[in-house]
Amino acid sequence: MIKLTNIRKAYNQGQHNEFWALNGIDLDIEANKVTALSGPSGSGKSTLLSIVGCMARPTSGRVQLAGRDISGLPERFLTDIRRSTFGFIFQQYNLIKGLSARDNVMLPAYPLGGDWRALHERADMLLDTFKLGHRCHAPVEWLSGGEQQRVAIARALINDPLVVIADEPTANLDTVLSREFLSILESLKQQGKTILLSSHDSLVVESSVVDRVVRLRDGHLPEAAE
Amino acid sequence: MKTWIGKQQALIDFTLSSLSRRKLKNFGLLLVYALIVFLLASVMLFTHALRREAALVLKNTPEVIVQRMVAGRHDLIPPGYIEKLGRIRGVQHIEGRLWGYFYDPVVRANYTFMAPTAGTINEIQIADSEIVIGAAVARERGLEHGNLISFRSYTGKLFVFTVASVLPHDAELVSADLVLLNPADYRAFFGIPADHYTDIALSVANPQEVRNIAAKLSETLPDARLILREEVLRTYESIFNWREGIVLVLLSGSILAFAIFAWEKASGLSAEEKREIGILKAIGWETGDVLKMKFWEGALVSLTAFLLGYVAAYWHVFHFSTALFEPVLKGWSVLYPRFELVPVVDGFQVATLFFFTVFPYTVATIVPIWRAAITDPDAVMRG
Amino acid sequence: MLFQPAIIALLLASAVSVLMLAAAAPYAWQLARHWDIASGSELQLRLERRTYLLSTLLTFVFATQLASLLLFIFNADKMAVMFVGAMCAVGTLNANAWGFPALFAQIAVFFMAAVWLVLNHVDTRAYDYPLVRTKYILLMGILPFVVLSFALQLAYFLNLKADIITSCCGSLFSGDAQTLAADASALPPQPAMLLFYGALLLAVAAAIFHARKLRAAYLVAASSAAAFVVALTGILSFVSLYVYEHPHHHCPFCLLKPEYDYQGYWLYLPLFAATAAGLSVGTIQPFARVPSLAAIVPQIARRLAWVAALGFALFAAVATFMVAHSNLILLKD
Repeated sequence: MIKLTNIRKAYNQGQHNEFWALNGIDLDIEANKVTALSGPSGSGKSTLLSIVGCMARPTSGRVQLAGRDISGLPERFLTDIRRSTFGFIFQQYNLIKGLSARDNVMLPAYPLGGDWRALHERADMLLDTFKLGHRCHAPVEWLSGGEQQRVAIARALINDPLVVIADEPTANLDTVLSREFLSILESLKQQGKTILLSSHDSLVVESSVVDRVVRLRDGHLPEAAE
Repeated sequence: MKTWIGKQQALIDFTLSSLSRRKLKNFGLLLVYALIVFLLASVMLFTHALRREAALVLKNTPEVIVQRMVAGRHDLIPPGYIEKLGRIRGVQHIEGRLWGYFYDPVVRANYTFMAPTAGTINEIQIADSEIVIGAAVARERGLEHGNLISFRSYTGKLFVFTVASVLPHDAELVSADLVLLNPADYRAFFGIPADHYTDIALSVANPQEVRNIAAKLSETLPDARLILREEVLRTYESIFNWREGIVLVLLSGSILAFAIFAWEKASGLSAEEKREIGILKAIGWETGDVLKMKFWEGALVSLTAFLLGYVAAYWHVFHFSTALFEPVLKGWSVLYPRFELVPVVDGFQVATLFFFTVFPYTVATIVPIWRAAITDPDAVMRG
Repeated sequence: MLFQPAIIALLLASAVSVLMLAAAAPYAWQLARHWDIASGSELQLRLERRTYLLSTLLTFVFATQLASLLLFIFNADKMAVMFVGAMCAVGTLNANAWGFPALFAQIAVFFMAAVWLVLNHVDTRAYDYPLVRTKYILLMGILPFVVLSFALQLAYFLNLKADIITSCCGSLFSGDAQTLAADASALPPQPAMLLFYGALLLAVAAAIFHARKLRAAYLVAASSAAAFVVALTGILSFVSLYVYEHPHHHCPFCLLKPEYDYQGYWLYLPLFAATAAGLSVGTIQPFARVPSLAAIVPQIARRLAWVAALGFALFAAVATFMVAHSNLILLKD
């Protein structure tokens, strides 16, 4: 579904602190599977996630989404694709303080300008599925860590994306909550979502939900894994 | 179209909640912004109202006034002078007028004494020993209909008059200091011989002909000074515009200071705000969306500040008599103990005011807004 | 004369526009030179971000130009009282040699700006931004006109002297004077009306034809330009007479005065909008051949053509309404 060819990504290009975060990545991500990127911090996991998720453009190399080359697209069009295809769950949840849980969930849909009432209903439904219906008007900073993550997951799903991308989703969760997250992942997989996550938590990497683990080191894929 | 409206609605909704989450910061900006609008709007409303009062005064004055000059000084019109004018084509009406100033030592103010003439607002019949007075005179001397008042004339003689009526309040600038009395009383009071006048009023039907008539008059009457209404109007107009312009130039320092303040507010985003924009970009907002959101923010702030400042200025000028800059701006004619301007709002002025306030604000905030909007979407992932 | 609030505002707006465009020009030049959509280099990413700033700046500058065009005419009208012989904007603009050129320059800048914005809109709709170079080179072409417009305005306001005796619409647009405007107003009403309705009909027909069949784009542009000129001539030669109900008062500005209930805005706003839309239809046509624009240009051109058709039709309807409602009789049948 997503095919990466010889992806390279540089930061501070042309300056003395030039640094290549990715150094020639070739990778196929299959639809309807859970793929985990693992590797030490600084290995380029997050950069790779952001390139796959159309958040950043590779310095060179090609990204193909369902057969279409999207690596050369300007930000305006990448964002368009990102909004409809990808949902993001971040390590720090990245919720906006002061806004209610429901407002946070609806945020990614604002630029699409759909029907206002339908959007509210969709957000409420998602919050209900994640057992947050009763907290939908509470400001997010009043919620517990686990609840915040569930809000973040609901937000990732508001535009009904094909692919869910999660960056170190269990880094701030204890074992119970991590297991709960894995079960949510399982149900997303059953709904037909493609899932790509980065993690160095063995609980996740070794879980049965994960179909494939890709190991990353210094911006390379040292060997084709599993 | 429907999605466009839905999108703007969503953006405005977010903008409102984002403004309310940073009440303190935005309140400071709003206050300064509204203050600037208030200052400028006060100046503009005030001068515009004065200009209109002047136009109102002039509307009822004759097109041409002839004064006789003796040794470069204004003198009385002797008998037979009016007849010398003869018939001039285009002149509808010629009439001698009686008017002048009287200093009242009791309230230390000048009044305008006038005998009513036909064809003006003051066209009224006044009985002997009766006067009709302007609202300011009535207020200062505590007079009402039927009261008696005495004035000591310049000859030293005491004259007693009965107040027949007080002129209505509206357009007070026109009539505030007016004292109307009949021609016989006027002549007696000022000691002007019969058949003499202070000046001559000519009314002309076609404004295009005023200049030609004036040229003819100055030929027949070499000792006359001609005052054309359109000239007076023009002089007033440029004086008021000039004064207004000067005040605006003086205030330009504060506009500049405000623009710098706005620039700083817009570029000095707090870490929290930066993070928010980063999150929005990460979850699927585009640079253009953030720009639009920020412009809605600017528009809402501008509109609120503009309304607040303008309404405050309106109250200041029309209900509190421009207490703050009266001394700077008015300075024309005699003392007006208290006068209220007739409220006028002019679209042209509002447009100009907009250019002086919203325009600099927008100019100052474009670049900072853009800087904030181009935050990389993956910035939040890089920590 | 400079210390008039509206004059200060106009000059301020104009000067800021020039400054903004001048500041943008080096970036525009850099964009035109180094733009490479296929590259993922940081330079390209930086340039891409800069396009947002430039579009925003230009939208702002052009909005300012539009607002100051209105303010300029408004101001000219208001200042009439300060000039001997001036009754409306015509007299004020005539007070020195720079008035009308300043107005024309501002109108020209308005149309260029409108067309540029349409081009910008078309470009950002295509995934590979094919018009970036064209756009920014054109922008550098517009800059001199904006500077010229500012210079003319400055010259006009600096040279305004209140004691000048100027001639107003009565003499400028009378049939005896030897000017282009006088020729236009001296046109007898009957041929003027034929020409007026003919040109408008052609413009509306061409626009509708284009909107339906997507052909004859250049005809839309040409007929719009022609309709603009003929429409102004028509206003001078007969529409104004009907509005003023006076057989010799030819004036395009008095229409905007409150005495005539601001009727002029109902004429000029649709006319300017329609002309800008019509010109844009022609301007974007050559880019329909760019592969990524092949679907976008027709779609936008169609919408613009409808705007032009409706605008001209509305203009004609308003003018007809004014003529029909007037008590003046010019044509006897």
